[in-house]
Amino acid sequence: MHTPTALLLELGIILAALSGLGALARRFALSPVPLYLVAGLALGEGGIAPVPAAREFVDTGAAIGVILLLLVLGLEFTVREFTAGLRRHRASAAVDLVLNAAPGAAAGWLLGLDTVGTMALAGATYVSSSGIVARLLGDLRRLGNRETPAVLSLLVVEDFAMAGFLPLLAVMAAGGTWWQALLAVVVAITAVAGAVTGSYRWGHHVGRVLSPPDPEQLLLRLFGVTLVIAALAELIHVSAAVGAFLIGLSLTGEAAERARDVLAPLRDLFAAVFFLALGMSVDPTDLVPMLPAAVALAVVGAATKLATGWYAGGRDRIGRRGRLRAGTALIARGEFSVVIIGLAGSADQRLGALVTAYVMLLAVCGPVLTRLAPTRPTAIPRRHANSSGSPTIE
Amino acid sequence: MAAARARGRAGTDAQLMGMMRVDVNEVLLPGVGLRYEFVNRDGDRVGIVARRSGDFELMVYTAEDPDEARPVLRFTSEEADTVAEILGAPRIAERFADLTREVPGLSAGQIQIDPGSPYADRVLGDTRARTRTGASIVAVVRGEEVIASPGPAQLLRPGDVLVVVGTREGIAGLQHIVQD
Repeated sequence: MHTPTALLLELGIILAALSGLGALARRFALSPVPLYLVAGLALGEGGIAPVPAAREFVDTGAAIGVILLLLVLGLEFTVREFTAGLRRHRASAAVDLVLNAAPGAAAGWLLGLDTVGTMALAGATYVSSSGIVARLLGDLRRLGNRETPAVLSLLVVEDFAMAGFLPLLAVMAAGGTWWQALLAVVVAITAVAGAVTGSYRWGHHVGRVLSPPDPEQLLLRLFGVTLVIAALAELIHVSAAVGAFLIGLSLTGEAAERARDVLAPLRDLFAAVFFLALGMSVDPTDLVPMLPAAVALAVVGAATKLATGWYAGGRDRIGRRGRLRAGTALIARGEFSVVIIGLAGSADQRLGALVTAYVMLLAVCGPVLTRLAPTRPTAIPRRHANSSGSPTIE
Repeated sequence: MAAARARGRAGTDAQLMGMMRVDVNEVLLPGVGLRYEFVNRDGDRVGIVARRSGDFELMVYTAEDPDEARPVLRFTSEEADTVAEILGAPRIAERFADLTREVPGLSAGQIQIDPGSPYADRVLGDTRARTRTGASIVAVVRGEEVIASPGPAQLLRPGDVLVVVGTREGIAGLQHIVQD
């Protein structure tokens, strides 16, 4: 067997560099995603340090990265949480969709993108990054806050909406007609509904087949089945990502928990490669002219998410400060916006550049704004003398 | 799932106590876990977040901004188990007392092993408690540690407290045997 020295060397250096960037981002409690994208920009076409030998691996790894991101997302999803979220926050979810998809659609129209491009842009501005937001709220110790259930419910609904949106986009991007796209969505929704009811009724059977007791067996079998289903889904133009999401949905309870544990390291590796590949596919010379548009879109996108959080918080009868916290928490965009562009990216060079810049801006600014959102009351009144046992800040 | 495990734990507690003494509010945190909330006697609103990962977070809500939790402590699942044991230990006997109230003729009691007891530093089986009195030793409380359903080989130490379930006479008889 011939050992590809150049590939090993380049890949090793890339991963070590990503680890350094990730550590840097975590130091400031930021998501490493924008830094991975920047690294991709530097290493890709027109970048400062091209990596010809590792390119092929990175491109293959990126495809696996998307599949793993969606598989793990499906594993984290539970029917109970989705229905509870939808029941309580239906109106907020609708406001979220309308307010946040509109700026993307308008920008697509203003830039003269085609239908696929406009739709992709609308999706990219709509969906917040559940990964970044959930982690951020935990890091900022805000999970107990009263506005948090509304924020998390919106994220769950958004993620689920992607199960319908991605196949639609995939078919349109493949040059399908409206009715073909509609058919794909119907197939996807039926499959999702089937997977959800299936997991509800026969979850233990699915779990038994897909989740053998040995961790190594579990990893190989689950990963293998997921890749096959993803490939089949791609073959009928429903998008590999949706196929993977389905497998994730069909596993519940303990099987899902075990699967999450064994897949987590693999997901971390390939997701990083995916973000890197997306950065690589964008030419920095394309990025610069799109910067003003990206900044404008980011400002509008931040404002509409703020309004969404304000509205959702108001429906839960949260105070002014809590509503601002909810709004700022939703601003961060990340992995899904990037996945969407990964699907439609080939349509227009400007689209990839615009969304990459947009995600880089909001993935950094979102968490910073969330941090700045009002938390402590400005003046803390002294409590009654008899409540000395309770913690107070003097 | 950790959240489900946490809920299960709360459920068995409620059964053990016969009823929830505190009105606990449960809120779903999609993708994260569950939040429990109650008001203590001082009027402080206490929140506990049980995360899917098994970690717990303890917080209080202040009167100034009821929406915002003031973080107090974070526990890993092992630490949470330890805290639960510490808080739960002295109350075990009390809970058995509640339980036995529902069965007529059955009572629960606590018997301390004094340093001068004939059974200090001997095994539980030597007391032949069940044969002689009909009463069962259901737990041994040693400081913060609770040995539930101890076997006959369980060594008794001075200072241990036996949690006993049986008839009133049976418990009195065992007390006589152990403390004689």
